[in-house]
Amino acid sequence: MNGILIIAEHRRGSLNPGTLEAVAGAAALKEAKPQSVAVAVIAKKPDDFVAQVNVAGVDEIIKVAVTADSFQPDVYETAVVSLAEARRPDLILFAHTVDTWGYAPAVAVRGGFGCATDVFAVGYDGDTLVATRAAYREKLHMEVEFPGKQTVVLTLRGGVFKPVEEAGSAAVSSFEIPAVQPHTEHVDYIEPEQTGDVDISQAEFMLSIGRGVGDEDNVEQFKELADIMGYTLGCSRPIADNGWLPKSRQVGQSGKTVTNCKVYVAMGISGSVQHMAGMKHVPDIIAVNKDAEASIFSVAKYGVVGDIFEIAKELRNHF
Amino acid sequence: MKILVAVKQVAVLDEDFELRDDSLDADPDFIDHEANEWDDYSYEAALQIMEAHGSGVEVVPMTVGPDEAEDVLRRCLAKGGERAIRVWDDSLEGAGPATVAKIIAAVAKREAADMVFTGTLSSDHSFAMTGVSVAAELGWPHVAVVNYLEYQPGDAKATVRRELEGGLLEKMTVECPAVLTIQLGINQPRYASLRGVKQAKERPVDRLSPPDLGLSEEDIKGAASFRVRRMFKPTRGQAELIEGTVAEQAARLAQIIKDLKGAA
Repeated sequence: MNGILIIAEHRRGSLNPGTLEAVAGAAALKEAKPQSVAVAVIAKKPDDFVAQVNVAGVDEIIKVAVTADSFQPDVYETAVVSLAEARRPDLILFAHTVDTWGYAPAVAVRGGFGCATDVFAVGYDGDTLVATRAAYREKLHMEVEFPGKQTVVLTLRGGVFKPVEEAGSAAVSSFEIPAVQPHTEHVDYIEPEQTGDVDISQAEFMLSIGRGVGDEDNVEQFKELADIMGYTLGCSRPIADNGWLPKSRQVGQSGKTVTNCKVYVAMGISGSVQHMAGMKHVPDIIAVNKDAEASIFSVAKYGVVGDIFEIAKELRNHF
Repeated sequence: MKILVAVKQVAVLDEDFELRDDSLDADPDFIDHEANEWDDYSYEAALQIMEAHGSGVEVVPMTVGPDEAEDVLRRCLAKGGERAIRVWDDSLEGAGPATVAKIIAAVAKREAADMVFTGTLSSDHSFAMTGVSVAAELGWPHVAVVNYLEYQPGDAKATVRRELEGGLLEKMTVECPAVLTIQLGINQPRYASLRGVKQAKERPVDRLSPPDLGLSEEDIKGAASFRVRRMFKPTRGQAELIEGTVAEQAARLAQIIKDLKGAA
């Protein structure tokens, strides 16, 4: 076996926790089948990340110095493809993030590799690598294999594997890639708007609304309900995209993770993967939705299958 | 100047559904179809460029799918555009994102497209692979998860913003021709007018097969990046459902909410 290659992910000097989650995923595979695990750090100054990725289970850290200061798809693609040509890994693991959406599939096409994204379980059936991911909006899971592929690219869903933090003793090497002319150029980062609005990542009790509210005019009654309950109002993506609530109220991958939330009441939110990424950790989740099959019920402790307007109207009588 | 917009008819499972006997997929009797939500935004982005620059810009929607997938093309044409392209034959049954990307890239070449737009992902299987794979097939620059676009036909570069995690945005420039995968919220997609819907029925749809695009059965088989072994219903956590009349449900919910808040 030629081992597992993990591509470290970082932005603005911070390592993405998904990198150490991928190490955990690799460690499980290594236990099933002894093989080497290498982490490649593609960065202007790879040394900045070496200590952070030197965790238990990593055999080698490969420094790949590039001229680009921030993520450039062409540069990263060339780096990974060149590394894969040199090392012929059986498996290349990425975190499933916005950056990897932007280049991992291209790596697979360029290298002729197998590929599956948003994978939340990986293992072997005999000698066959098997990855599991969702299908049909999470209503089914699918197991996939990669016949005839020497190398397979997988991106791993965040929050599934527990990041490895125990210190390791990996060997450190360097790898040079051919010069590459990037076709994209970073201009700047734009911070989320500071609206002076409440910071929902600090809220302990939240009432969030989603597509089920149907119309902008219906938002006000949930604002009032949240107020009388003493809850902070949040929302899912469609509400913010429509401008019915400010973006600062959006919970989820492209909004905020409600880190401090203790009780989360979701009304009219079906529970997309992207939304749940921001709230599924909350200890007590209560969901009200008219669709009994909505994914939100799979993470909720209590659920009501019903009309959010009727329930909201009745709830007001109790506070 | 031509913008090719790849759209998809996505599968939606009924509330109660069954698997096929071979467990490789859901039983088609329990599958409905709809237009992929992301594609409304990518098509709108293309139409806005066309409208801002008049007759020199052509927007062509395309899809990879069987007869019934033509609905999503008509849906596009009802909003604008003169013609559409649908690619299909039996070899594409069950095709995954890498295979579909190969087809889209072949169409982009055939059409001499100057830009290709796709949705960031599709709501059924959410691979988020297709657009970037198209770019790799074409050897074109690409940016994924674009939620702002500044592009004038003929420009050597487009200015885009990528929507990163946690509300952070990144402004980038990308050399053209390019493939952009468009994120929700980049614009407010229009609704088709009744007149548009009528007109769309008359607009031509070119129906092509992979061989028409110079792709052999071997090319199609070889393009797959994975093979499905089986599908299964996951064992999921399930909320304790509160039953009763609306008043009873609300009363119990209020009690739970108060108790949880008191305990926390």
